[in-house]
Amino acid sequence: MSFDKKKSIDLYRMMVRIRAFEEQCIQLSHKGLIGGSLHLYIGEEAIAAGSIDVLNADDYIASTHRGHGHCIAKEADMGRMFAELLGKETGYCKGRGGSMHIADVKLGMLGANGIVGAGIPIAVGAALAIKYRKGNQVVLCFFGDGATSTGAFHEGVNLGAAWRLPVIFICENNLYAITTPISKSCALRDVADRANGYGMPGVMVDGNDVLAVREAALKAVERARKGDGPTLIECKTYRWLGHHLGDDGKYRSPEEVQYWKDRDPIKTFSHRLLKEKIATEKGLKEIHGEVEKEIETAVKFAYDSPPANPERILEDVFYSIGNLSMGEKRI
Amino acid sequence: MTTRVIKYREGIQEALREEMIRDQSVFLIGEDIGTRGGSYKATDTLQDQFGEERILNAPISEAAIVGAALGAALAGARPVAEIMYIDFSGLAMDQIFNQCAKFHFMTGGSAIVPLVIRTQGGAGRGIAAHHSQSLEAWYSHIPGLKVVMPSTPYDVKGLLKASIRDDNPVFFIEHKLLYLSTGPVPEEEYIIPLGKADIKKEGDDVTIITYSKMVMDSLKAAEQLEKEGISAEVLDLRTLVPLDVEAIVESVGRTHKVVIVSEACKTGGFAGEIAMTIMEQAFDLLDAPIKRVTGLDTPIPYAFHLEAAVIPNPDWIIKAVKEVV
Repeated sequence: MSFDKKKSIDLYRMMVRIRAFEEQCIQLSHKGLIGGSLHLYIGEEAIAAGSIDVLNADDYIASTHRGHGHCIAKEADMGRMFAELLGKETGYCKGRGGSMHIADVKLGMLGANGIVGAGIPIAVGAALAIKYRKGNQVVLCFFGDGATSTGAFHEGVNLGAAWRLPVIFICENNLYAITTPISKSCALRDVADRANGYGMPGVMVDGNDVLAVREAALKAVERARKGDGPTLIECKTYRWLGHHLGDDGKYRSPEEVQYWKDRDPIKTFSHRLLKEKIATEKGLKEIHGEVEKEIETAVKFAYDSPPANPERILEDVFYSIGNLSMGEKRI
Repeated sequence: MTTRVIKYREGIQEALREEMIRDQSVFLIGEDIGTRGGSYKATDTLQDQFGEERILNAPISEAAIVGAALGAALAGARPVAEIMYIDFSGLAMDQIFNQCAKFHFMTGGSAIVPLVIRTQGGAGRGIAAHHSQSLEAWYSHIPGLKVVMPSTPYDVKGLLKASIRDDNPVFFIEHKLLYLSTGPVPEEEYIIPLGKADIKKEGDDVTIITYSKMVMDSLKAAEQLEKEGISAEVLDLRTLVPLDVEAIVESVGRTHKVVIVSEACKTGGFAGEIAMTIMEQAFDLLDAPIKRVTGLDTPIPYAFHLEAAVIPNPDWIIKAVKEVV
């Protein structure tokens, strides 16, 4: 496996950043500043960091209810993300979306989604538009193991494969759909095997190994850009916390949780960076310090921003009625 | 202005053709819309002209059809999705009401969703409860969707062109009994803005407020009533969302009596919404209680005589009008 030094450090930094964001969310939630549900990505950072790293700025991602990591890896502004969670006017959705709906089409983020599996047909549609205009972009479509039981998964994946669209299906198999283990909802041991049924390659990787994820994504993206269609990548991983913040996770044994914590994607990668002399203890510590400052700045931006204005709530139900740009030719 | 007479389905086809020529980003996606031209031949011949790349025959995957249209719209296209029967729209419901309708709002107005979902509804062909419903109330209830229900070839063409150019998701409901109906359209290009009702027949004694195929039944009723000395105005809403409240109030202000006609079931239907809007906006203008003429609260039965028994017809409308004037 190639081991580009700068790239490795970047990947490490991205994972640290995602975890620091999530840890800050927990604090803000405990302070009562974040409403609603928080589905945290801690333990799964290698997937977003590794796969999104292979994208170009104009490529797309479709995310899930557990979407903070994907947004950060797609270089969303963490200040605007915190602002969204705090219900501020400067948030990505001006407080209308919250944690489960952060989207910025200009950044190629087709949205987190509150409905499990619903992002899959949407990702396929973006890939369809790319093929339609003979573009060279790709779409990374993230979903959990639970989503593979939905009709939207079947319809979307089938359409993407049948039409050989430039979309990569990335299943973050964290083994549980809320409390239900995948072993109780799917007769297959590996989600990757489902790919056969749709006529596309299925790949299984260690979702806690950022380089393995990156390599699988790179191969799938190259394939998609060539016009050879989608790949299903199953990333085996684990969420350290409950389904959402506040879920005590009692349906999982402490031994099982510990087993996965021992495979912490950040810690295992740091060991590797040290062992291969790509980084020093001091260098890694500096990264953590720098990320901490980024988070501080981002949170401060959110704190200092004005609250979203309820008097303007009707404005965004429909796009600018009577706006002159109506009917603009789009491609 | 020179006019010619065309069928309703030709109005649809002309609108699609003109908009596809005008804007390369417009494409069609739906089941059997290619060589078959859809169940009612509205997209007939378009694939010959535009090819399989722009007239996309999709698998029987309603959720993927609408979801793909949404994703394509977000990524820069202006798609027209077709759901063969409105009765099948339930299979795509999450994509319609949670995804398409809410995307613009949920992103704080930053994302736009310029897409049309064309479908058709209504009874009258003996195809029973899974192919005959009037479900417009469902879609009118979801903030973020525009709902269009044209009644004539002129309206269907002009409104479809406006819907395609609209930068919001538009749920466009045709009526299966109207596809072969004929009417005049201008040779020149025209567009009908969404949200403008149309007086299909002027009258002084009562306003019949209606839409879609019930416009035709209301016109027949009005013709008969005219012979009996009752002058009924027929106001065709054309779009339910946005609703032309101004046109409703204006007409009620002249006639002071209202009969609302809708093919859909009465309970929870859009007729009730119109009635309550009048109560809120124009109660003082009324000289009689508002009457509703609607379908019965039953699934649509198969046998023709049973089907006819549950769907409004001109006689029902005449009876209701006579009760208020």
